[in-house]
Amino acid sequence: MSGKAWIFGDAINTDVMAPGLYFKNSMEEMAQHCMEAVNPDFAKQVQPGDVIVAGENFGVGSAREQAALAFKHHKVAGILAPSFGRIFYRNALNFGVPVLRFPEYAEIHAGDEIDIDPIAGLVVNHTQNKTYRVDPIPEYLMSMIKAGGLMPWLKQRLAAGETL
Amino acid sequence: MTYTIAEKIVQKASGRNDCRPGEIVTCNVDLALLLDSGGPRRIWPRLKELNVGVWDADKIVLCTDHFVPAVDAASAAILKLTREFAAEFGIKKFFDMQGIGHIMLAENGLLEPGMFVCGGDSHSTHGGAFGCYISGFGAIEMTGVTVTGEIWIPVPETVRIDWEGNFQHGVTAKDIMLKLCRELGMNNGGVVLEYGGSTVRNMDMQERAVLCNMAAELGAETGIVEPDQVTLDALIAAGKTPAADALKWCSDAGTTYKSRLSFSAAELEPQIAAPHAPSNSGVVSEYSGIKIDQAYVGSCVGAKLSDLHMVAEVLRGRRVKFGTRLLVAPASARVMAEAAADGTLATITGAGGILLPTGCGACAALGAGILAEDEVCVSTTNRNFKGRMGANSASVYLGSPYSVAAAAVAGEIVDPREFLGLSS
Repeated sequence: MSGKAWIFGDAINTDVMAPGLYFKNSMEEMAQHCMEAVNPDFAKQVQPGDVIVAGENFGVGSAREQAALAFKHHKVAGILAPSFGRIFYRNALNFGVPVLRFPEYAEIHAGDEIDIDPIAGLVVNHTQNKTYRVDPIPEYLMSMIKAGGLMPWLKQRLAAGETL
Repeated sequence: MTYTIAEKIVQKASGRNDCRPGEIVTCNVDLALLLDSGGPRRIWPRLKELNVGVWDADKIVLCTDHFVPAVDAASAAILKLTREFAAEFGIKKFFDMQGIGHIMLAENGLLEPGMFVCGGDSHSTHGGAFGCYISGFGAIEMTGVTVTGEIWIPVPETVRIDWEGNFQHGVTAKDIMLKLCRELGMNNGGVVLEYGGSTVRNMDMQERAVLCNMAAELGAETGIVEPDQVTLDALIAAGKTPAADALKWCSDAGTTYKSRLSFSAAELEPQIAAPHAPSNSGVVSEYSGIKIDQAYVGSCVGAKLSDLHMVAEVLRGRRVKFGTRLLVAPASARVMAEAAADGTLATITGAGGILLPTGCGACAALGAGILAEDEVCVSTTNRNFKGRMGANSASVYLGSPYSVAAAAVAGEIVDPREFLGLSS
């Protein structure tokens, strides 16, 4: 399933993704305010399968997991950026949201039809008929990624009789 | 082989003496800090879903700080659930409305050199002042830590940052960090910032903590200061007996760093970060004359006792400018009590400052002191992202406690040295 590219700039921070003013609210309400400080249309118009393409240090800032969860809530297929905020990157991986380091982000245009395969490390731009090879998820974390994130992975380990 | 202090701690925590930078290792966690924000409210439902308990109740510290005191039904419910979690799992290190979590770890002597610690908040790096490896994680990963007592990390490289010499009066650790945010940028993933040099050695623990706290702004894994007698004295003052070999946690002489940087403290001037990023900073003179609505003294980084002392030093014999409000939220109940006992609070309130409850407060638009549309605030906090303290159109400038107090008196951003008899 391919999705539409949403383009964002450098250093989009977690306060923009999950504003503190809505911190106490439910995840559903919080997600409606995701990115509104930089693009008020995003939360209203993003569709499942769409892809986030952004500049350097995407997700700089706080530990709030709602920043990564907002994108999971909107069912984005993945996030491509040349670099990520440390905790945002980790949160996204742990929620099973594919986050891939993508130095060629500037080649993608808003609305391009994008397909990503995080396990194989592939990004396909159908609009421009281009395929990119990206660094796959580190092997050490692959079992968690394949399980779909930390919670499904912990469930698998518990079901297998592992003592955590 | 020689190693940095961070490498030595990761080796101990992972049981891997041969690990290399960039390699991912699993570490055993000595202590986990959970807060009301991303703690029980997000972790407990997941424990129920997994049908498991906590790995070690004695290694969990739980604090209420983001949503205190309750101001509406939602924050009251979050706090109630947090208290119920502490009771359910027998968490004895539970600090309810006693102060900001990072301050609780420091005040109570819960961090010791060589420990490997995970905190459910980005500014957990604050505790690196004690010579431990302490890093921030989201609630999903703190769920994993709470269940397993383990976390994976990429073995970090270390950047050594030395500051030498003495500050001019009116210049602080906060000014160091605002300058470093500009010079190094906020995208330093995969590195530990190790601070040293005579300036750092001469700092008390509260100032060292500022360096480590704002390592988060630089995007680092964490910040760390090698322990010395100042560290040990702080632990003793907190009622702890440091390990006899606590000072073995240091970087080996001649070890290899990713890079080494050296700065002169004497040349540093007060710094201000303009909206909307800590890296958007410059010397205070570049921003002088910008009118402010609010001056805010608060947060883990900027409302410790030493910070309130700086504020009081500026305010003594002066008044907050009419039409400007100065809000002060001490970082802990103990800071509040000590500042009351030594007359600091009387100086602040006597000058027209408004005292707010202890907690994270307006720093993250959670508590009292939130900004309206188009308002301008100068703040001792660590972040000034768009919307961080309230309305998206508000402007937040960051500065030291000296700079924020001086702006409160002048009604505009001003060089604080003008109020300390040392104008440049």
